[in-house]
Amino acid sequence: MNWFRDFLLPKSAASNTGDVDGLFMFISWLTVFFFFFNGGLIWYAVRKWRRRSNNDITPHITHDTKLEVIWSVIPLIVVMFIFFWGFRGYVRAWVVPNDALEIVVTGKKWVWEFEYPDGSRSLNDLHVPLNKPVKLVMHSEDVIHSFFVPAFRIKRDVIPGRYTELWFTATEPGIHQVYCTEYCGRGHSDMLARIFADTPEQYEVFLREGDEQVRKMPLKELGKLVYENKGCATCHSIDGTRGQGPSFKGIYGHELKDAAGKTHTVDANYIRDSILNPQAVVVAGYEPIMPTFQGLLREREILGMIEYIKSLQ
Amino acid sequence: MADAMTPTAAHSHPDYLSENKGLWNWLTTVDHKRIGLMYLWSVATFMIIGGLLALVIRLELLTPKQTIMSAELYNRAFTLHGAIMTFLVIIPAIPAILGNFALPLLLGAKDVAFPRLNLASLYVYWIGAAMAVSTLLLGGVDTGWTFYTPYSTTTGGGVSMMVLAAFVLGFSSIFTGLNFIATTHKLRAPGMGWFQLPLFVWGMYSTAIIQILATPVLGITLLLLVMERVFHIGIFDPQLGGDPVLFQHFFWFYSHPAVYIMILPAMAVMSEVIPTFSKKSIFGYKAIAFSSVAIALLGFLVWAHHMFVAGMSLFAGAIFSFLTFFIAIPSAIKVFNWIATMWRGSIDLKVPMLYAINFLLIFTIGGLTGLFLASLSTDVHLHDTYFVVSHFHYVMAGSNMIALLAGLHYWWPKMYGRMYNNTLATIACTLIFIGFNATFLPQFVMGSRGMPRRYYNYLEQFQTMHVASTIGSWILAAGLFLALATLLASLRKPKDAVPNPWNGRTFEWEAGSPPITHNFEHTPVCIYSPYDYRENPVPIAEEEKSAH
Repeated sequence: MNWFRDFLLPKSAASNTGDVDGLFMFISWLTVFFFFFNGGLIWYAVRKWRRRSNNDITPHITHDTKLEVIWSVIPLIVVMFIFFWGFRGYVRAWVVPNDALEIVVTGKKWVWEFEYPDGSRSLNDLHVPLNKPVKLVMHSEDVIHSFFVPAFRIKRDVIPGRYTELWFTATEPGIHQVYCTEYCGRGHSDMLARIFADTPEQYEVFLREGDEQVRKMPLKELGKLVYENKGCATCHSIDGTRGQGPSFKGIYGHELKDAAGKTHTVDANYIRDSILNPQAVVVAGYEPIMPTFQGLLREREILGMIEYIKSLQ
Repeated sequence: MADAMTPTAAHSHPDYLSENKGLWNWLTTVDHKRIGLMYLWSVATFMIIGGLLALVIRLELLTPKQTIMSAELYNRAFTLHGAIMTFLVIIPAIPAILGNFALPLLLGAKDVAFPRLNLASLYVYWIGAAMAVSTLLLGGVDTGWTFYTPYSTTTGGGVSMMVLAAFVLGFSSIFTGLNFIATTHKLRAPGMGWFQLPLFVWGMYSTAIIQILATPVLGITLLLLVMERVFHIGIFDPQLGGDPVLFQHFFWFYSHPAVYIMILPAMAVMSEVIPTFSKKSIFGYKAIAFSSVAIALLGFLVWAHHMFVAGMSLFAGAIFSFLTFFIAIPSAIKVFNWIATMWRGSIDLKVPMLYAINFLLIFTIGGLTGLFLASLSTDVHLHDTYFVVSHFHYVMAGSNMIALLAGLHYWWPKMYGRMYNNTLATIACTLIFIGFNATFLPQFVMGSRGMPRRYYNYLEQFQTMHVASTIGSWILAAGLFLALATLLASLRKPKDAVPNPWNGRTFEWEAGSPPITHNFEHTPVCIYSPYDYRENPVPIAEEEKSAH
């Protein structure tokens, strides 16, 4: 009978779907059964007791208490059974495992933005490791959206002004479709995302080099993205204004003096060292307040920063 | 309910259609039958508009990308389709058309308790309808008929006007409900106790309870929405310090009971049509009567089952799911009772009965697919997909519309005194059944496979089922058009209907076809049960005596 399930439901790709699918199929068969049961009774009655003449005499039966109790109690038992089955699945889908990887999801007209624990972000593509629980902490920047992954059998509204959560453990490698299922205007039906359930090797590559969008991005653009998203912009301007730290404008190739009066040329290695070990050389006149970005930036992102700063002449 | 004292066929007055002709007389009439007919043609007009919108929507969905219109237009089209069909068609359909026409007749009354209020409800309906249509001039509405905040408080167009239209239409519904309750209490024929009421009246009475208790809540909610849009008072929009989910609670507190405003009248029609065409007493009178009331009351306690994924607490979800399942019981009881009524009867497959059988099959699917959505874990997967779209069309559109057609074909000879072409009406009924299922069965499957609702573009994997659904919509439209044409064609011939063409036992069949303005030449007296189909009916008084 698997063909019926495969016809009605998308292929399951997460843990915890077995219970939902089991109940779904139970009710499906119940529906099929009662449709043919009722239909069969009607068909039989029409065949057997079709009017022959207007003078047909029919028995005067007003009720049958025993029969009526039976057809009240049996459905009651069946629906209570369904209630508890559904409730069990709902509770399981509700309780998030403690070791879940946490990802922040922002819905806005009409894109999904994902933020990973390392601070990196992506639009509409979410990479997750296979067989590890993942928790989504979701909110909206404008109207209500809803995050729906059919292959995982999960869905929850994404609401402005509060957080909602979802969790799943992907068990099938590959790409899984995400839809917005709360109507949100013109782009509602284009507000799609993809979840990449990565094997350990793929996930390693993702952690090291970012997702495909990032890997394909030219270094300079990647650097700009890092500058905007990783907090560089808070202290370092790109228009020559003095901030908490020196402006990046025109800095590349020039010489700077540190507090001890020693001269340094701003080149690739200088930038790399300043990102990873910022306290080693502090430009004269500035406080040693910059934190290290060791482990927070990928190798290619550091290269991107160098290219970006180089471009700011 | 034969009345021995009424002289038969003593027509000393002209019938209600022939008396006081002319537009002005119709517009100022307080006759419940004329008001019912004016409702019929008003609702039919909006059903055609709403239906054409549905055809346009289905045509757009023929291909995964743009087919005939832009996304903006598509969003306005489905909103208008939903708003028209809900507020202007389905909610008033059976109570305002069939209820207005038949309820006083079934009670043996001259009219409803408040005839002027009844006429007022029609005018309020027209005003509300005009307001709803005027939104087209204000740039349309693109919120969906559910007006979810904060989308509805931030988008442009005629949202405030549409919301006010729904507010005004609510009063029309309340007036009708008030009238039915008062009429049932005060204007029953002599001898007619509560358990001699035809079950249609029980259904209308239960509906009326919902209309007068739930509709004000919608009114208040919609006014709050307008206040937020116009005066920027923070109630629902988080930007203004409001809570968007609160709107959903308020909205569904009305709109879920409203689902029962749609289905209880449909069930009420069934309880008349099935015994008449089975020539047999209704099975389980009290069970059907009480299950109507039970559905009306339980309907108030289940609203949040629309919000299982809306960020409600686990506990709230469990409570609402649990309560929702109880609605299944009275619904199941009714279906079994109707089938038992047919059992060992003398079943005449005239057009109203064919519609009734259609109803039983379609309501069975509509009801059972509700189990998927009442159950928490499966609802999470199916919420806001085409599965839901299909489910509520089976219940709201299919069951309600088919019951309306059953009732219309049942009482048509009484309304206009003419018989329609049975063959053509049978073909129409068959086309409607095939078309309806061809339209909506594929939607269950695409929904459970993940197709979300209110999507303008969709993934190619769903196209086959969308094409099937669109073709189904053409068959359905053809069936409805044929049904309408057949009924209209009957009006061209002279009145040929006898007072009791179906051998019914309720009072309306004792009146002429069509009845006189005051319905009965003499006030009927209730002596027999409305469902006593024995050769020699036994008076109620005697039956009660023998029971003790």
